[in-house]
Amino acid sequence: MNINTTKVISLLFFIFSAFYLYTAYQIQVFAFDENAPFNARTFPIYLGYAGLFFSGLKLILPDPNTIKVQHKTLEYKKTVILIIIAIIYGATILKVGYFLTTSLFLFSSYYFLGERRWVLMFLLSFPFVASFMYLLHGVLDIYLRDPFLQSIGIMG
Amino acid sequence: MIEGILIGLTTALTLQNILMVMLGCFFGTIIGMLPGLGPMTAIALMIPITYGFDPATGLILMAGVYYGAVFGGSTSSILLNAPGVPGTVATSFDGYPMAQQGKAGKALAIAAWSSFAGGTLSAIYLLFMAPSLSKVSLSFRSPDYFALMILGLTAIAAFSSKGQFLKAMMMVVLGLMLASVGQDSLSDITRFTFNNMNLTDGISFVLVVMATFAMSEALTIILKRNDPTSAAKQVSLTELGSIKINQEERTKMYKTIPRSSVIGFLIGVLPGAGATIASFLAYGMERNIVNDEEKEKFGKGSVNGLSAPETANNAACSGSFVPMLTLGIPGSGTTAVMLGALLGFGVQPGPRLYMTNPEIFWSIIMSMYIGMVILLILNLPLIPYIARILAVPKNYLIPLILFFSITGIYVMSFNNFDIYLMIGIAVVATFLRLYDFPMPPLILAFVLGGLMEENLRRSLLLSNGSWEFLWDRALTACILLTTILIVIWHVYKTMFKKTKT
Repeated sequence: MNINTTKVISLLFFIFSAFYLYTAYQIQVFAFDENAPFNARTFPIYLGYAGLFFSGLKLILPDPNTIKVQHKTLEYKKTVILIIIAIIYGATILKVGYFLTTSLFLFSSYYFLGERRWVLMFLLSFPFVASFMYLLHGVLDIYLRDPFLQSIGIMG
Repeated sequence: MIEGILIGLTTALTLQNILMVMLGCFFGTIIGMLPGLGPMTAIALMIPITYGFDPATGLILMAGVYYGAVFGGSTSSILLNAPGVPGTVATSFDGYPMAQQGKAGKALAIAAWSSFAGGTLSAIYLLFMAPSLSKVSLSFRSPDYFALMILGLTAIAAFSSKGQFLKAMMMVVLGLMLASVGQDSLSDITRFTFNNMNLTDGISFVLVVMATFAMSEALTIILKRNDPTSAAKQVSLTELGSIKINQEERTKMYKTIPRSSVIGFLIGVLPGAGATIASFLAYGMERNIVNDEEKEKFGKGSVNGLSAPETANNAACSGSFVPMLTLGIPGSGTTAVMLGALLGFGVQPGPRLYMTNPEIFWSIIMSMYIGMVILLILNLPLIPYIARILAVPKNYLIPLILFFSITGIYVMSFNNFDIYLMIGIAVVATFLRLYDFPMPPLILAFVLGGLMEENLRRSLLLSNGSWEFLWDRALTACILLTTILIVIWHVYKTMFKKTKT
């Protein structure tokens, strides 16, 4: 049996809208605001109903322009690896610092995407990040926290 | 107006701002040229850089990136038949056949001159139209603004959805839902934060733009790298041929450019329409206007067929600034990104902008002229060299896009949570894009969410909870009627198409 993914997405959106609407009704408002023509929960409630309406219509109405994605040709493995690298990057950037984590993030991303020109990979990671950091921190005066560079005395 | 022009020129002609226009045009051209990366991605990537500047300089930089990206998009359309932005799809109809005939240099030159003329002419239209519309829009009240926002969101959903109106409307609602996260602006009551302190201030606009455009764009490119349908046939990037345009071709362009610039500008002003529709309409109109002999050449390398969409898409870019600068309501996804950036600077665009911040208002308009000249100078002689950027391996391009996206968020908040949230939204956006759920309506809705709630609040409070405010004023009723007509037209078009098939 072929499952129309667009319909599945619409169903998920319908469930999400129902949850959003339920949460909207739970928003605590001040007692004097409870019966006001407009309070903190009014707009979200309308949005919840709008979400139910449009996703409901998409679910009910026939879908002549069904989108067929060729999953076999999609590169899931590399995409997932990149996402994992990005999550690790996000988890370490505050503790280790901008320079080292960003350089390693770029270097490992090039590697996992199949690049093997080591010199170019190095140039487009460590020196590139250093120059970009200088542009942000040194020229544009945008603060960049970096415990690693601070610990070795490069950054104040 | 003369005073305003002088203020604009004084601001736009400072060394720093000229440099920003040049940098914006240069980087915009490069990013726009890369297939899949459009002006929204280009501007989103530039936002962190603009933090260090004053609002006028930041906006001048972003405007430069915008028209640079639109022009860059035409280069990949002509050389690879892979439009960098949707607005340059029509350019490839005649640009690519011309390149295949060994006249790539000529095609790029026609595109450059047409873009220059379209952009310059529309900047003149903008100069006259924006201040007048600002004065008119001073009489707008909350119900009118609310109705205008409904119109803008419906129009962008109707025009950007490629026949998938309901999908686009779902994206509009999702954008508004994301905008509702955080403290209520009036009562400070927190909504949808689930006791997470990181969400109290709401979701950052830059985060949503970076996630739904830059990052999800990069993930989509990786995901589809083996897709045989996305592989582009290459025209030689080293032998582009002469860039000289002969007298006959010039004569054709002289006729095409003025009419295409008018249609491009007018379509650009309309909320939600933008460069894509402008370029297609200009192409279609030109095909109907030319003689039968020329009509035969359309699709096979016609000068008119290349010049018309290129003029119109650049004219539409200037046109899309009109609603943003005069009403504070962006007409397109790209100007929505710019509006968000302006709000980040603490500047509220709208009818009073040209009185409260004349240097911003006029310097943007003046910088457009400078930008067009710079684009021409930059693109004509440097095209053979810039075109080689198309050969940059994706193995380097993708990590660099991810790097700019994550850095953009990191320098804003120094917070891991925002990075995780961005990755999460990017993954969902990538999945949705696979199934043709359009992202521009989501961004426009996210930007307008707060304003829309505010105007609905005022309208409902003034009318004591009654929805009569929607038809009490003639202006509000007219705007809503236009919205209904757009929906009816869209439904009719879809039904008519179905009946035909």
